[in-house]
Amino acid sequence: MNLAALQGDFRGWLVEASEHAARRIGPAARPGLSVYQNNYRTQLVTCLAETLGHTHAWLGDEAFLAASIAHIDAVPPHAWTLDVYPAGFAETLARLYPGDAEVSELAALEWALSRAFTAPDAAPMSLTDLAAVDWDTAALRFAPSLQILPATTNAAAIWSALAAGETPPAAARLPEAAALLVWRQDFAPTFRTIDAVEEQAIALCAAGQDFTALCASLAETLGEKPGMARAAALLGKWIGDGLIIGAAPPSTAA
Amino acid sequence: MNASVPTFSGYGLGLRREHYRDFLETAIDVDFVEVISENFMVDGGRPRDILRRVRERHPVALHGVSMSIGSADGLDRAYLERLKALVDEIEPLFVSDHLSWSRFEGFNSHDLLPLPYTAEALDVVCANIGLAQDVLGRAMLVENPSSYVAFDGSTMSEWAFIDAMCQRTGCHLLLDVNNIHVSAVNHGFDPVAYLDGIPAARVRQVHLAGHSQGEDMLIDTHDRPVPTPVWTLYEHAMSRLGPVATMIERDDAIPPLDELLAELKTARRIGTAARRKAAA
Repeated sequence: MNLAALQGDFRGWLVEASEHAARRIGPAARPGLSVYQNNYRTQLVTCLAETLGHTHAWLGDEAFLAASIAHIDAVPPHAWTLDVYPAGFAETLARLYPGDAEVSELAALEWALSRAFTAPDAAPMSLTDLAAVDWDTAALRFAPSLQILPATTNAAAIWSALAAGETPPAAARLPEAAALLVWRQDFAPTFRTIDAVEEQAIALCAAGQDFTALCASLAETLGEKPGMARAAALLGKWIGDGLIIGAAPPSTAA
Repeated sequence: MNASVPTFSGYGLGLRREHYRDFLETAIDVDFVEVISENFMVDGGRPRDILRRVRERHPVALHGVSMSIGSADGLDRAYLERLKALVDEIEPLFVSDHLSWSRFEGFNSHDLLPLPYTAEALDVVCANIGLAQDVLGRAMLVENPSSYVAFDGSTMSEWAFIDAMCQRTGCHLLLDVNNIHVSAVNHGFDPVAYLDGIPAARVRQVHLAGHSQGEDMLIDTHDRPVPTPVWTLYEHAMSRLGPVATMIERDDAIPPLDELLAELKTARRIGTAARRKAAA
């Protein structure tokens, strides 16, 4: 058996526990193969549990382990780093718990916070930096850690309670759909709930529209005066949150 | 072929999350620290900041677990480029990874899987090490693995494979003494013959660790102190090796730093005595 065939069989043994593959690897290998099978699965379960600790707590040991096994069977790891293995776990949970959207939303939030933890560094603008900005042409550039997640449940409140060591609230749907803004402030991943107006404003800026276009969009949505006031408030909030890393004409903003 | 890696004689510890604060805020009596490369091959955030600050205080060795130098379908270029960026920034003492494979055709086991010791596997490993050394612009250290499977198709011993690998690629060795003990017990070979069979002059670093007893074999768990048989083997190794960097490698059940420093003191005592005796 050449090396490629052997490695293919080893993969078959780890992923599918294929007895055919185990037999081809060799009779002498059988006891040791079980050690590798155990190491493979244990490592992936541990990775999911450590990255998604609050989801684990919310579901309980038995349900989380069952979901982990379902995910491991469906999605073998492929990246060079184990850190990204939890990437699709929220989708697996959405499939396993179709009537309990808070489960997948909680996992998605934890995964987004994990991604933000190691997102690229970028120095945020301060209020002082704003004085030098030409607002007629400036397009805002957001921190690379920024992510926006849809929110239909109180998963954020559940996360916050679990993080504080408190009893989490019962799962509930939000009165109206919102979004979660996830990013990193200094070295600490954080998040807050945002409304549809702020979500659209961020999407518009992220698409490369300049601040003038943002103001025009908000004026159209909210009316002239409230729109201008909201634009100023959002800018102040984003600067305070450390979300803005640049404000320059679109051609130089990249 | 890349230039030989300079020797470094000293005693160090693996940098683990539980001890970040100790290493950043106090003077720790180590000659170097080793970090798991992949933990810091991230875009940014606290991990990179910590490594930069630790590097200001100590020489750092980069120890990888994901290069997969035994992959039949070659190395992951994106991985190599990312490692190269870290190497360029940190300027480590050593860059090491394992004589094993993890990845095959888009699947990554995230485990250090065993290789058959055949001429074909030697060709694969040497080609991969050659590519890695070219991209990194320096010679690597390759660590002997612990293993739970021996293949019927192997045509040479692990130490003969390692000797040929070093000769063909110019790579150096990270000698894991615990791994020799674990594999020797699991596969029934003589660990002293192993030590006597590897090219001692190529060894630049030594790992010491503990293991646990599994159902049928020893398991390389790195979750307990270095046991007596490993110390005995280390003493023999140190009588044969040139200047090396010795490290206690603990990856699980991480104890308070003082316990690891006490273990390192034992390594220092045994290593120094063995070298003195060999020189006499």
